[in-house]
Amino acid sequence: MTDRITLVLNGSPVALPPDTSPTTTLLDWLRGPAGLCGTKEGCAEGDCGACTVVLEGPDGGRAPVNACLVLLGQVHGCAVRTVEGLRGPDGAPHPVQRALAEADATQCGFCTPGIAMAAWAHAREGGSVHEALAGNLCRCTGYRPIIEAFAGLEDDGAAPPSLPPVGGATFAAGGQVFHRPASLAELLALRAAHPEALLLAGGTDLGLLVSEGRQRPPAVIHLATVPELGAIAADAGGITLGAAVPYARLLPLLDGSLAPLAGLLARLGSRQIRALGTVGGNLGTASPIGDMLPPLLVLGATLRIASVRGERESGVEDVLLGYRKTTLAPDEVIVSIRLPRPPDGAVLACEKLSRRHDQDISAVGGAFLLRVAGGRVAEARLAFGGLGPMAARARHAEAMLTGALLAPACFADAAEELAQDVAPLSDWRGSAAYRLAAAQGLLRRLYWRVAKPGLPAEVHAL
Amino acid sequence: MGAALRHDSALKHATGEARFLDDLPEPPGLLHAALALSPVAHGRLAPLDPAPARAVPGVVAVLLPGDIPGRNDIAAAGTNEVMLADGLVEHAGQPLAVVVGTTRDAALAGAAALRPEIAPLPPVLCIEEAIAREAWVLPPQAITRGDPCAALAAAPRRLSGEFRAGGQEHFYLEGQIALAVPGEDGEMAVQSSTQHPTEVQHLVARVLGCDHNRVTVTTRRMGGAFGGKESNASWVAACAALAARRTGRPVKLRLPRRVDIAATGKRHPFLYRWTAGFDATGRILALDAIMAADAGHSLDLTGGVIFRAITHALGPCDVPALSVRALACKTNTVSNTAFRGFGGPQGALLIEDVVHRVARAAGLPPEQVRERNFAGGGNGSETPYGQPLEGDLIRRVWAEARADADWDARRAEVAAFNAQHPYLRRGLGSMVLAFGISFGQMHMNQAGALVHVYADGSIRLNHGGTEMGQGLFIKVAQVVASVFGVDVARIAITATSTAEVPNTAPTAASTGSDLNGWAAHAAASAIRARMAEVAAEDWGVAPAEVEFAEDMVRAGGNRAMSFGELAKLATMKRVSLSATGFYRTPDIHWDRAAMRGRPFFYVSYGAAVAEVAVDTLTGEHRCLGAWLVQDCGRSLNPAVDLGQVEGAFIQGLGWLTCEELWWDAEGRLRTLGPATYKIPGSRDVPPVLKVRLLEGAPARSETIFRSKAVGEPPLLLATAVWNALKDAIGTDRLDAPATPERVLMAIRDR
Repeated sequence: MTDRITLVLNGSPVALPPDTSPTTTLLDWLRGPAGLCGTKEGCAEGDCGACTVVLEGPDGGRAPVNACLVLLGQVHGCAVRTVEGLRGPDGAPHPVQRALAEADATQCGFCTPGIAMAAWAHAREGGSVHEALAGNLCRCTGYRPIIEAFAGLEDDGAAPPSLPPVGGATFAAGGQVFHRPASLAELLALRAAHPEALLLAGGTDLGLLVSEGRQRPPAVIHLATVPELGAIAADAGGITLGAAVPYARLLPLLDGSLAPLAGLLARLGSRQIRALGTVGGNLGTASPIGDMLPPLLVLGATLRIASVRGERESGVEDVLLGYRKTTLAPDEVIVSIRLPRPPDGAVLACEKLSRRHDQDISAVGGAFLLRVAGGRVAEARLAFGGLGPMAARARHAEAMLTGALLAPACFADAAEELAQDVAPLSDWRGSAAYRLAAAQGLLRRLYWRVAKPGLPAEVHAL
Repeated sequence: MGAALRHDSALKHATGEARFLDDLPEPPGLLHAALALSPVAHGRLAPLDPAPARAVPGVVAVLLPGDIPGRNDIAAAGTNEVMLADGLVEHAGQPLAVVVGTTRDAALAGAAALRPEIAPLPPVLCIEEAIAREAWVLPPQAITRGDPCAALAAAPRRLSGEFRAGGQEHFYLEGQIALAVPGEDGEMAVQSSTQHPTEVQHLVARVLGCDHNRVTVTTRRMGGAFGGKESNASWVAACAALAARRTGRPVKLRLPRRVDIAATGKRHPFLYRWTAGFDATGRILALDAIMAADAGHSLDLTGGVIFRAITHALGPCDVPALSVRALACKTNTVSNTAFRGFGGPQGALLIEDVVHRVARAAGLPPEQVRERNFAGGGNGSETPYGQPLEGDLIRRVWAEARADADWDARRAEVAAFNAQHPYLRRGLGSMVLAFGISFGQMHMNQAGALVHVYADGSIRLNHGGTEMGQGLFIKVAQVVASVFGVDVARIAITATSTAEVPNTAPTAASTGSDLNGWAAHAAASAIRARMAEVAAEDWGVAPAEVEFAEDMVRAGGNRAMSFGELAKLATMKRVSLSATGFYRTPDIHWDRAAMRGRPFFYVSYGAAVAEVAVDTLTGEHRCLGAWLVQDCGRSLNPAVDLGQVEGAFIQGLGWLTCEELWWDAEGRLRTLGPATYKIPGSRDVPPVLKVRLLEGAPARSETIFRSKAVGEPPLLLATAVWNALKDAIGTDRLDAPATPERVLMAIRDR
């Protein structure tokens, strides 16, 4: 017995035939069975934004997502808006569509439907235009007219869709099964029974296997419907976030001493990626290029890990074993992450070096936590990602910096020491020599960030 | 004429109504094709066993070289470039087989199931090795003037340099795609996302072994092309047509992005080596240079690319004695192809590097050295191959860009910033371009159009140009509207089709509106002349007195009827309201043996200033401001032309600063998608971007309404950013793309 996937598409409820593969991408379904070809496939890897559609929340929120990375089982119970659904009841183009056309913001037009959807979400959600556009590539216009059109958008005031809540569900079709457990107990039992199943904590990795790799995973367990994994709460000491909480929900809570982390997350993927991607996923895949890992390491984040055998707590450092390897047992899942605030008087700095400022994977990621007292570095925690097989603390450099004078030369010495800590790899994101040199540069720059906070510290501060 | 009309499809783009090829309703019985690609760069290929693909459910055919009824040859120029590798594999990503399935997934799975047996041969993976082996895809080309050896020896100072510029992936947002539908009597109807429907027609016919008249190719619009859908679209369509012929059913071939990037050509990477002689004033007296282009494994369009590179190697400058040799290196990489600028941008980097180095050596600002060497005004005003340059326009665009940027004040501001910041450095750079307009292949400078006026006065326009987003269709429609004196809304824009206008040139080399504008003008003028005679006869006036304006036809003060009424009258009087138009560019010639002539109908000019900031600790950099002045003659459509200038500039910025193609040691390209190949995003657009079309400068040649081409030239303006980066970090050499890595390493090598 299988449940049926239901969703609200452009305002109308839709129930999919029971034989629908639950791992069909939303994009393939829209362009195929749904007959809506306005949404385009540009890359099938979540990087170009041509397939951007919007998930409409019951609270009126509008989350742009890449339809190529979203699986149908994931959008069960969601409201999806596509470019065809922007027109008014009289068929008139939506003001954001008019704005793009009138600004000469289209040339070939292939990216435009995705940009129109990003615009529609942005008109309600607000924020920086470049952040709104980071997930949408345009190869023709040079963006200037698009940026101008975005800057003038206004919310249309349209009411949110009414979305009846959906509970747990299981979709089975064509030899595939897609679980949506509704409780932690159910999740743990499923995990114990199906250690081979892929966990879907946002799907920005899993979606790639399906969308670009054209795979049909036999078993998927969707995590977002488990209350403990979808909860997030901040208190004076830090933030506890469920492993399936997308970055978009974490970002607004990163204030005060955690603001530098917000600056980093604003560059993690794009709005489309942050609407799906999760810290839990970043940890679960243990990819060395996960932007969150260095900050988690220096902040001393801890994980709550559960299985049918019980629960345990573990520091992030103890969970990361190597390249995409963790200490998680096959029946274990990460339930939540505890992100402590930096101790009083400590300064957090988060760094990311990539070829492009937005929507790029780090060649070097770094997070630094410094406590300065009496003109000296009282405590230094330094972590790097992107350099080697796993994100890790830089113990030699930390030791060199601890107790040192707050002076450029001491940070330069620590930077030299970094060569003892890291053995960078060479690939398309950078040579080993560059990665080391740039990581050293980040440590030198740290001095100026800490000692001269008024100074523009980087080119994007100009 | 000259109105800033919006792109005809703009609103349809924004509503998702504009149909691209993959959006068209699928014909009944449609099959899907996928390509199997070589995993190795060079080797002997054993006959491929199709069984593993056939075993995949849904696979209906596996097509190998032996299944090709015509010739296994997709050469755009010359002959013998195979469509499917036959016995020899020459690059990783080379197509080996076409697998056809009932679904696209079945075809892709079938292609992935094939296990090619390839006995590896040593690959040539870099330009240096190709030079050492003298491995060329065609003989070197050279332009010489005077006696460069003697001039170098006599020059007060000499300097040598070497640098390189990387290739560039087109990254059109719509990947390569074609749909082939077999018909009666061996007909093949092909829908193709192509800049060159005629070449698609020719290659499909060649591969199928049929006459051109069996093949009809239609293109409504492309989701971007940039040169990447000139020759490459043809073989994609030919693969689809082969599958359609072999299965007897319609076949669609849409390349996944990774396959598209692996299997289709890119902008040619270049390696430069030069020696220059100069004096203390910065006057360059002699230049001896080699520009080596990485052609990839086959000729494709490399001949044209290196021709444009050597004819543009001096930019707007004059050097009295020189030898510039262009090498077309054969390597075991994908065959490089047309990309906006077509060798022109690579050529222009040569003189820019020489100017930069001479300036540093002479202790002069590079801008002063460039000015000192501008063509005209005491220096020679003709290129070494005989093309006249307009020194006054060169000086004008530069003066205007410099003024727009408030150069002197900005220079002082940059210096003040650099004096106080511990590690961020600002820099200023400039660029002046001179870009020749016309195809280097003389025979390509032709175009046709077909115009019908219907009895209600509505007009149907068709021409050989294709719409890739550049706004060609609206510009040509404006030309026709202006001939008939009607609103452009009266004109139906139609898909390009080899059945309507035959034997066309590609929409390339920036010539789209020049060529098709005149051809459509000719067709419309022929009809207008007939209509004028009808009106004249009806009114008893001379045809010359009949005027067409504001949707009306008038003579004298009191004769008037609507354009529609006259159309109706003409049909009643049995006058044809349909005409073809033809145009060939006048006054161009080229002597291939002497490497001299006037290959370009005219030259476009432009200038730019850019300001950058560099983090000397990390190599991160950013363009803070750009001021661009581009010569478009008397613009046909300033809104469209402005979009071309801005888009080209940002695309050039990508080529020179962030887009990097990365091959592993086995010669496999590893930047196969947007996750690893980074084109500019919105934040890469300088926060201050001031772009202007040069005013009051109608083309001096007899171009359509005295306009000038705009597609490619402004891409060269991004060179100002490269120059500004060198200014900021104060190094002799900075290879392109100037990624954060190259910038940081250049600083450390300083």
